Amino acid sequence: MSAVLDNRGLAIAEAPAVDVGNSSRPPMLRNNALMDAVFRNVTRFFAFLVFSLLAAILVSLVIGSAPSLHKFGFGFLFNDNWDPVQEDFGALVPIFGTLVTSGIALAIAIPVSFGIALFLTELSPVWLRRPLGTAIEMLAAIPSIIYGMWGLFVFAPIFQQYVQPLAARTLGNVPGLKVLFSGPPMGIGMLSAGIILAVMVIPFITAVMRDVFELVPPMLKESAYGLGSTTWEVVWRVVLPFTKVGVIGGIMLGLGRALGETMAVTFVIGNAHQLSASLFMPGNSIASALANEFTEAVGDLYTSSLIELGLILFLITTIVLALSKMLLLQLAKQEGETT
Amino acid sequence: MIGAEANAIYRRRRRTNALMMGVSTAALGFGLFWLAWILAVLLYEGGAALGPTLFTKMTPPPGNDGGLGNAIFGSVMMAGAGTLIGTPVGILAGTYLAEYGRRGWLAPATRFINDVLLSAPSIVIGLFVYSVYVARVKHFSGWAGAFALAIIVVPVVVRTTDDMLKLVPNSLREAAAALGAPTWKVVTMVCYRAASAGIVTGVLLAIARVAGETAPLLFTALNNQFWSADMNRPMANLPVVIFQFAMSPYEDWHRLAWGGAALITLLVLGINIAARSLFARK
Amino acid sequence: MATVMHAVADKAPQPQPASKLSVRNLNFYYGSFHALKRVSLEIPEKQVTAFIGPSGCGKSTLLRTFNRMFELYPEQRAEGEVMMGGENILASKRDVSLIRANIGMVFQKPTPFPMSIYDNIAFGVRLFEDLPRARMDERVEWALTKAALWKEVKDKLNQSGHSLSGGQQQRLCIARGIAVKPEVLLLDEPCSALDPISTAKVEELIAELKSDYTVVIVTHNMQQAARVSDHTAYMYLGELIEFGDTSQIFMKPAKQQTEDYITGRFG
Repeated sequence: MSAVLDNRGLAIAEAPAVDVGNSSRPPMLRNNALMDAVFRNVTRFFAFLVFSLLAAILVSLVIGSAPSLHKFGFGFLFNDNWDPVQEDFGALVPIFGTLVTSGIALAIAIPVSFGIALFLTELSPVWLRRPLGTAIEMLAAIPSIIYGMWGLFVFAPIFQQYVQPLAARTLGNVPGLKVLFSGPPMGIGMLSAGIILAVMVIPFITAVMRDVFELVPPMLKESAYGLGSTTWEVVWRVVLPFTKVGVIGGIMLGLGRALGETMAVTFVIGNAHQLSASLFMPGNSIASALANEFTEAVGDLYTSSLIELGLILFLITTIVLALSKMLLLQLAKQEGETT
Repeated sequence: MIGAEANAIYRRRRRTNALMMGVSTAALGFGLFWLAWILAVLLYEGGAALGPTLFTKMTPPPGNDGGLGNAIFGSVMMAGAGTLIGTPVGILAGTYLAEYGRRGWLAPATRFINDVLLSAPSIVIGLFVYSVYVARVKHFSGWAGAFALAIIVVPVVVRTTDDMLKLVPNSLREAAAALGAPTWKVVTMVCYRAASAGIVTGVLLAIARVAGETAPLLFTALNNQFWSADMNRPMANLPVVIFQFAMSPYEDWHRLAWGGAALITLLVLGINIAARSLFARK
Repeated sequence: MATVMHAVADKAPQPQPASKLSVRNLNFYYGSFHALKRVSLEIPEKQVTAFIGPSGCGKSTLLRTFNRMFELYPEQRAEGEVMMGGENILASKRDVSLIRANIGMVFQKPTPFPMSIYDNIAFGVRLFEDLPRARMDERVEWALTKAALWKEVKDKLNQSGHSLSGGQQQRLCIARGIAVKPEVLLLDEPCSALDPISTAKVEELIAELKSDYTVVIVTHNMQQAARVSDHTAYMYLGELIEFGDTSQIFMKPAKQQTEDYITGRFG
């Protein structure tokens, strides 16, 4: 640039446009270009780090379970034995316990979450919404170990003394359900774990349901109200069908969380490596088996079998959570198209 | 035409509506009931154990008097170190997603994976850190625990940073760019300032989350009966101590476990409520 | 129509001044959507030029090519020339932040930065100049005075920019743009979020600013264009329909399309 400078010491636009490259730029500007590149690349690096974390975890779990994968192969999934002495390990019992407790949790949590979400979006006076919503979210904030302690010391005895005999007497007499409620009431067991899991998972499903219910265009609801529908009818026939993809996504989120819960389940599931049809009986979940046995596991095969359990859990939860996310993204896109 | 039959349908619909609204209210009551019960129990059982000795005395052998001092200290150290490691990683990654994420594949893919990690089982994170670090150095340590907690902090901070930066209106970015500011200054001097309350909230929520995490510490930091400030050796921490004491048959250990549980819950709920009101005010 | 006529009636046609910005054959695309079609016009120096037209006609798009604001968005691109000082802004090898520092922009919604009033003004200056405190104080006072805001804020320079009213915030943004001493000022519907009193104050300001700066203003308010501008460009669906002296455009438009818009037959 020719030396036509203004009071800033910078070349003003009137200077003839001669390309003289970087050297004529003031130092501050040379720094800027460099800093821009540095900043962009540093942030990109850390984003990439997060991106690769999932794969890194997967790979390390696979490597860690190599001895067990090698020895047992696919049979591991169907073997209901768990014998450290004979070194015969099978995942069936923990997988069963994980699925059953999560299933019970969802069976309770889905309708309850729906009811709470309905209340918070349609029934509640506006000034109550925030405090009530925060209160429900506190359920999610309470750490798992607190649920475990409370579950073991407070919930289980009451469950054992009052609820279980009642359930056995009433539901147990329904034909076909008797086997589910058989066995001595111990307070702990699959049902107790399932109920406590339900309470832990409710706030997550509720939060997603609330968010998706609020996405429904008000004009859609008003059209239904305008025809004389009751609140329930609007929710059941307009809101729910509109948001059903998101609702399923929220349920899958709850499932993903329930599958991975460790401490609460460990305290009350009973830690027994047995398969049983009764919900009153103790059992094991993948997470509780890991929590109880990992630090004392002796021998490569024992340790790697436990790691393989962790791998199975990780795979299941990743698939469930990925599905949940995809459904919620699809709802967001659908929302974007209707607006 | 309103006839007798129409009236019957109308009445049925109204009954159904009233019933469902009642059920919905009951569901809310159901949720609140558990919350109230748990909090009441914690206050009742743990309230007695909450006192200065909880902080000043160390974890005792069964049958002896003591406190949770070393466990509290260890938890503070590991949660602190984990937050210090995880927060910058999370903020920088979140910045990439929000500011540079308009083109390319990395940003949407990372966002997706981040959300999966957010809800992933924390015990698996513990296994991961065990496999890559503890198994190699062949001993448990406070650093391993901190590292595991950092991995839990990162997705929380990434998510809130991403969300909060996306809330900063583009007009603010354009105004700064129009003055001639380079991208890095637009982000650090304008966007970060605009989103600061939200980002801080995210970090607080991450701290609340790791304060109560037990599973990832089980095979990384393990536990330590005695006072230790050495991060390179197994470190006492509150959640694992509570686990150990609660599952034991000893009464005084149970008492201490309740005290620890009450302490953690007070801390976690306190941070959560403070974080929410901080953000709401902004 | 009568009010518009009244506003331009006492503006005599001016001798053609030098061109500050020359737009030649400008085409603009949002992705595959062709938003600006072969636009060519000359923006006169130290005068106020207004872009008017119905929503979606491309007036804001055109404005935003002048300081390459569209480059923040990957799907947007421009082809053609915008000449300033003998060089094509669009193809310049110079750092775009230098170009932007020379061309100020004020947006539709006031955008005070989340900092004190003082720091808002100083922000742009600090990007390029290292002024000692006393001189920075002078610059801040000068910019705020020029924007007719100094008296109202001189005792609260340390307060947040958000503590001001909407009209004051917009004048703050104008002061911020002026503080870096640009040659051109781009105003993108600056009064559309303001009440009538604040609007009047900003319009007064624009009349004073043109003695030092070339001003280009986009407005959907025809009366405003008639009040403040010396030249007006009427755009429709991405094309420049007519460009000329404001008095001529509003009293004797050459094209039927222009007349239809001015008289309110559509738009």
